Amino acid sequence: MFPKPIEKQPRATQITYQAMLPLALLLWLGPLLAVALFSVKPAADFTNANYWGMPSSFEGAFNYGQVFFNSDMPRYLLNSFLITVPTVIGAVALSCMTGFALGIYKFRSNLWIFFMFVAGNFVPFQILMVPVRDLTLQLGLYNTKTGLVLFHIAFQTGFCTLFMRNFIRALPFELIEAARVEGISELRIFWYVVLPLMKPAIAALSVLIFTFIWNDYFWAVVLTQGAESQPVTAGITSFNAQFRAAYQLMSAGSIVAALPPVAMFFLMQKHFIAGLTLGAVK
Amino acid sequence: MTIAADAPEQESWFHRNQQRIAPWLFLAPGLLFFMVYVIIPVFQSFNLSLYEWDGLGAAEYVGARNYEDLYWEWVDRDAFYISLKNNLIWLILYLAAIPAGLFIALFLNQTVWGIRLYKSLFFFPFVISQVVVGLVFTWFYDPTFGLLNELLGLFGLGPLNVLGDERFVTYGIIFAGLWPQTAYCMILYLTGLNAVDPEQIEAGRLDGAKGARMLWHIILPQLRPATFIAFVVTIIGALRSFDLISIMTQGGPFGSSRVLAYYMFEVALSEYGFRMGYGAAIAVILFLIMLCFIAYFLWSMYREERGH
Repeated sequence: MFPKPIEKQPRATQITYQAMLPLALLLWLGPLLAVALFSVKPAADFTNANYWGMPSSFEGAFNYGQVFFNSDMPRYLLNSFLITVPTVIGAVALSCMTGFALGIYKFRSNLWIFFMFVAGNFVPFQILMVPVRDLTLQLGLYNTKTGLVLFHIAFQTGFCTLFMRNFIRALPFELIEAARVEGISELRIFWYVVLPLMKPAIAALSVLIFTFIWNDYFWAVVLTQGAESQPVTAGITSFNAQFRAAYQLMSAGSIVAALPPVAMFFLMQKHFIAGLTLGAVK
Repeated sequence: MTIAADAPEQESWFHRNQQRIAPWLFLAPGLLFFMVYVIIPVFQSFNLSLYEWDGLGAAEYVGARNYEDLYWEWVDRDAFYISLKNNLIWLILYLAAIPAGLFIALFLNQTVWGIRLYKSLFFFPFVISQVVVGLVFTWFYDPTFGLLNELLGLFGLGPLNVLGDERFVTYGIIFAGLWPQTAYCMILYLTGLNAVDPEQIEAGRLDGAKGARMLWHIILPQLRPATFIAFVVTIIGALRSFDLISIMTQGGPFGSSRVLAYYMFEVALSEYGFRMGYGAAIAVILFLIMLCFIAYFLWSMYREERGH
């Protein structure tokens, strides 16, 4: 283990380390804690320039109540879910198949197709922007959740294929050969042999894609406009315009908007980290 | 030849060839989606960059004029020049996330009580949407009440309007971006450190290696896969920077914090008019910059594949 385990250090070093941990964390999350503090303050504190003192009264319930019952925020949150969940299902389903095809079979263009998925996953969004917006308009899906979902599924398939293919590569190939000797069809091999083994990869990708899509801002701005289909990342700018200078409400809104992926991360931490490291760092 | 005799033969043809056909059947839906929404649009953008188009009427072929205009913007030190220069600053400074992430990972790589929770909380900024990060830092920099100026005030300095000053604005936004990016690199290194071979460390200790020497000669070589991924995601992140700029400054003041990604959006889809062709030309330039890195990544992956 590196650096040297703290248990083997002198007592003084141990105590210093233990004391430094919370301090470092406080410093690291400082800007975020500030927003959390803002979100429970009454409006009066901001007009009285009491920005950083204790809240003169605790208005958390009122502020968050405003966000949930007196703004478009619930609508945006619902939109975000309706965009994120189908995308996760679609991208994971498609990439289970592409990953299987590229991970199991040997054919000449295999590596090229794989590289195409990887390269496509890295392109800047801007080079896709005009044609994708145009396509979405032509399909009559501009400013709909479906339009956004279809694009997200397609784009995330690149990253998911990279992940799935590498995961399937690491599975014991003898299993598949044994099944083939038994005369089991390829479709059944996929469904009954490989898919059950892919559960950890599916979990990891689902959590990761959920976060990516929830936090997407660019495509939300490019492909949607109003409260009826915008997700929360784009909605929060309209929300902020509505409550201009009402810092306590803007803070509460931001925290609400940020919460679902945070919750996802804490609930599924192990899978999340496995996904982030692309499975490459064991 | 009867139909009844034909049917089993066809089935057996599929059966005999299914190992050749199956991969294409599995690939078809994903490949179709990816082609339609990603691969073809790249080429469409290349084509579009040779046209002048407002997004509604007929497109007019103008040859390389969009690129000539960009060239003159470059010569005149205009928006395109500023965007490209800022992109370069982003690229270089964003890489600081890698050593910073390594530093925090080394700091947290201990087994004391509650360390798991600390690691999770340090990772926190990456999970939050960049839109929220942008808001948080806009307030952090705020000249009237921001924490930064409160701190500067303690030393009798300031007030400093970071986002309103052409000299500081890009650095201010990059600093905000480094916050989640460092968290990402940290988690990559923490996972990597878990896999470091303890015997090699012991051997190094016996040879008298300590601290920085140990880190450089024994630990870092073993962290290479983590460093590679950290490098990839940081470069991509730097060139994709859009959200923060859009939220924090909208490219201002006076366009001084634009990068190519934002400038393209501004040209093609905002009140400055719908100049799709010109936007596509900017996107092509950004794409070509990214392509250098994509080629390098793919080449590294290709070598690895051959190695197997």
